[in-house]
Parts: sequence; C-alpha cells; structure tokens
Amino acid sequence: MDAKSVITSPSPQMPIPHGPGPLVISGLAWSGHGQITRVDVSKDGGITWETARLGKQGDTKALTRFYLDTQWDGAPMLLQARAMDDTGYVQPTKDQLREERGENAVYHNNCIQTWYVNAEGIAENVEVS
Amino acid sequence: MSKFPNIFLPALGGTAVILGVAFGMASRNHGDDQIASLEARVQQVTAQAAQKTQEVAMLSEKMAIAEATVAEAIAAGPADLTAPAPAVAGRYGLGRAAHAEEIAAWDVDVLPDGRGLPEGSGDVMTGDEVFYDKCASCHGDFAEGAGNWPVLAGGFDTLADEDPVKTVGSYWPHLSTAWDYISRSMPFGEAGTLTADETYAIVAYILYSNDLVDDDFVLSRENFADFDMYNMNGFVVDDRPEAEYAAWRTEPCMKNCKPEVEVTMRSVFLVETPPEGGSNSVMNPATIEGLPSFSADGPAFIPEAAAKPVVVAAAATPAPEEEVDLAAAGEKVFRKCKACHAVGDGADHKSGPHLNGLMGRTMGGEEGFKYSKVFAAAAADGRVWDAQSLSDFLEKPKAYMKGTKMAFSGLKKEADRAALVEYLKQFDQ
Repeated sequence: MDAKSVITSPSPQMPIPHGPGPLVISGLAWSGHGQITRVDVSKDGGITWETARLGKQGDTKALTRFYLDTQWDGAPMLLQARAMDDTGYVQPTKDQLREERGENAVYHNNCIQTWYVNAEGIAENVEVS
Repeated sequence: MSKFPNIFLPALGGTAVILGVAFGMASRNHGDDQIASLEARVQQVTAQAAQKTQEVAMLSEKMAIAEATVAEAIAAGPADLTAPAPAVAGRYGLGRAAHAEEIAAWDVDVLPDGRGLPEGSGDVMTGDEVFYDKCASCHGDFAEGAGNWPVLAGGFDTLADEDPVKTVGSYWPHLSTAWDYISRSMPFGEAGTLTADETYAIVAYILYSNDLVDDDFVLSRENFADFDMYNMNGFVVDDRPEAEYAAWRTEPCMKNCKPEVEVTMRSVFLVETPPEGGSNSVMNPATIEGLPSFSADGPAFIPEAAAKPVVVAAAATPAPEEEVDLAAAGEKVFRKCKACHAVGDGADHKSGPHLNGLMGRTMGGEEGFKYSKVFAAAAADGRVWDAQSLSDFLEKPKAYMKGTKMAFSGLKKEADRAALVEYLKQFDQ
C-alpha cells in the first residue's frame, strides 16, 4: 500500500461528545514504502491544511499516530488527513486517483477520505468536490 | 501436610530419652524388683514407641506418594505455560522450522499453467448436476446469480462500461483461479467438501454456462492449461512507479488550495455500533440537500440540528407495549438472517426458504425449496415449528438439525431468540 491515513477521532464510531472547545483530531497513517514523515489535516475539505504532530517518528511501514490540537467552534467540518512518507510521496486525492486509474479500480485505494462532522459532533463518510 | 511427621518424630524421641534417664537414676537407689518392674515398663513403652514409629513411617510413605502426585500434576498443568520457549533460530525466539510434510499439506494452490492440480476430470453434464445441488442456491441454476450473490456467466464486452459485469467468463484471466477458489472456498460454509472430480465438473459447467465450451466438453488435468480465457490479455502490470509516484512526490498545497468545496455524495450505508457490541449496517436516508458548502472562511451556514426522534408516551397497560418492543427487537435480530431468508409480502425462497407462516408450519415442508436431508426427514416425520423448537434450533442450528445446510452459527442470547420468534410470529402464510 502506498501512503494512506485515516482520522479515527472524530469518526462515525467516535463522535465529539463534549461540544465546542479544545479538540484533538487524531488518526493513523502508514506507508508500504517507508516511514511516515508528516501528516497534514484539513477541517474545510482540503482548502486549508495544518501539519499535525506525530506521536512518534514512524518506524518503517508501521502505523503512525498523528494529532492535531485545535479549537472547535461548533460549526460543521469536512475533515481530511494527508500522509507523506520518506520517499516524498504525498497521499493523493480521490480525483487524482480516478484520473489515473478510472472509476472501477478497487484495490490499493489509498486516496484521502472525508468525514462530514455536523454541529452535533457526529461524523459521516462523504465525497467532496 | 508434610509438617505433621516432622513434629511427631522428635516428640517420640524425647519421650525415650526421659525414660532412659529415669531408668539410670532408679538403678542406683532402689532394689532389683523395682529395676525389673521399671525394665518391663521401659520395654512396654519402647514397644509402643516402635509401633508409633512404624505408623509414622507408613504415614510418611503415604505423604510421599501424595506429594509426588501433586508435583506431577503441577508439572503437567498450567505451570508449563510459563516455561521458557524452546531455543530456536531467529531474533524473536518464536516458532520452529516447518516440516516438509507440513509445507506439502499447505501448498495447495493451483497456478495458471496447471501446476498444483490433482489428477481428475469432470464433464459439463456432471457439472450441471453438481452445480444444481451445491452452487445454484446462491449462483442460480445457470450461473446467473441469485439475489445479490455473484453472477458467474456472461458480461462479455461490458468491461469498458461504467458498470462492467465481471464474471469468470468475461473478466478472469486464468481458469486456475476458478478451480483453486472453488476447491478451497466453496460451497460457502462447506469449504473443502468437494472432490477433485466434482471441482473439475463444476469448472467445466461454468465454462459451458459462459458459452465457452460445448456440452460434451470434459475438463481434466491434461487439457486444463490449453484453455485460453477471454480476458487473458486484459490485465496490465502495475505501473504505479512511472504513472503515479513521480507526479505525486511534490510539496503539497497548504493554503487556498481550492476556492470552494461541496459535498457530492453521502454514505449509502451508516454503521451503527450499539453499546452491547456488534454492528449494524443501515441505509442512510439523508441526501446532500441542506448541507453547507465550504470556503476558506468555513461552512457557508450551519444547518439546523436534525429533529430528534419523538419518544412515544408509555401506554397505559405495559404488556402490549412489551410485545411490540420484543417484535421490534426481533426485526433487528432478523438482519442476521435476511441475506438468506425473506419474510413478509411476496417473500420467496432465497438461499434459505421464505419464513412466512413459519409458526405451525411443517419443518422442511415448503414447496420449491431444496432442503437438506435432515429437514426432508423432519418433514416426513411431520414435525412442526413452534416457539420452543425454533428457539432451540436457533441456539445451535447445526446441533439441533445435524447436517443442515444453514451456515449460520446460532443466536447465543436467549433474549435475541425470543425477540426473533416474536418477530416471525407476525407473518402469516
């Protein structure tokens, strides 16, 4: 698998229970080509990105935990994570992957996924433009 | 336990010493009669002491046997779990080298050129019968697929379509994949029960149902590798290093990467994970209507909170409500069944029989469904489903109906079984 990441909190099984305030967005990143060196997180569907801190410099090919310490104002979010590995590879968007592989590629799907988090803190998987 | 003889023995020794001292003092101060009397007394006590010593020796022997038994039990028991792993090569000190026989037993795959195939053969007509018996309940009599189960035939010239029909005939590049997969994984829930000849026959029938061979075709180990599949040249070698890696190793955009973002699609399914464990997949009724678009300033608007489901006021008499609740809970439990069983208006057989009017119905007695032998026997005996028999069956299907084709492992919780029975009671024939 090429570099891939997923936000585990918030997520459909891990809603935000506490309302607006300090929020740690956390997830996992990994790459079949080496270490995870950086993970960026977007709260607006990929318009603006912030670099998350890594729990520990990733071992090669190992799951690497990332955290973005942020403030949640209670407005809906489109959460995305974008992993990079030590070959310089950047996890692609869904559009990039489709452009290269067409619409019927099934395996090796490592594109950026999106959670729509509503004002109640509940997350759902969506596709965005 | 072992402390008892250790205390007892010194006590006896002490008694003998005191008696010995008494004898020495007496011999100096009194007459021979007294000496004789004392000697007799000493002999008596010595004899008693000897007897006690013998008893103690016997007890000690019994103790030794008991202790040895305990030690043996400890050595053979859980103490073994903490014993160090046997020393082997490798950095983690785990495992051992596989024996040649083990590797041979695991080495069951079949390669595109036919290597790994066992001796055997099968013809289309035999395959037709075996397929009808063991495959058709899910894949359809003509490999066309039943319900949502995979279609195995047709779909030629659809591979470039938006929704291609990928079948063994239209898509698979190697026939060996079909043989290998069927041999190892089919029939669903009874993997490993097909003979080599049956597998050859099923593969021959699948080729026939794809119009790739005539009805007198016989597939064997000898002619297997000669068969050219329709899509054998349709696969390309992974070209990601050239096509993707070079282009995607760039410093990514961090700000104003696009002017606006909209949600274009929502989940078709939502996964519920109730606190009591497990997960349920439910259809998501929501559409993208009413969701905000996003810009660098955040969401265009904040949608109103979805209306919370209204809690129905408790009924005056609790009993009927309980029944309704039980049936409603049963409807949830039924999700585990509905891949194979239909119930309700117009329900038909799927890979399991329909369940309308199940209560009071003859076991294995529905027209048009091919039951396993154990259910056919139950029908012949005139056995009838009721709440108790259904609950017993659902607890451990394969134990209650030994030989049933139903692959479901059972409902462990009595509450789930009771709810499901209540749910199924609602559906008349």
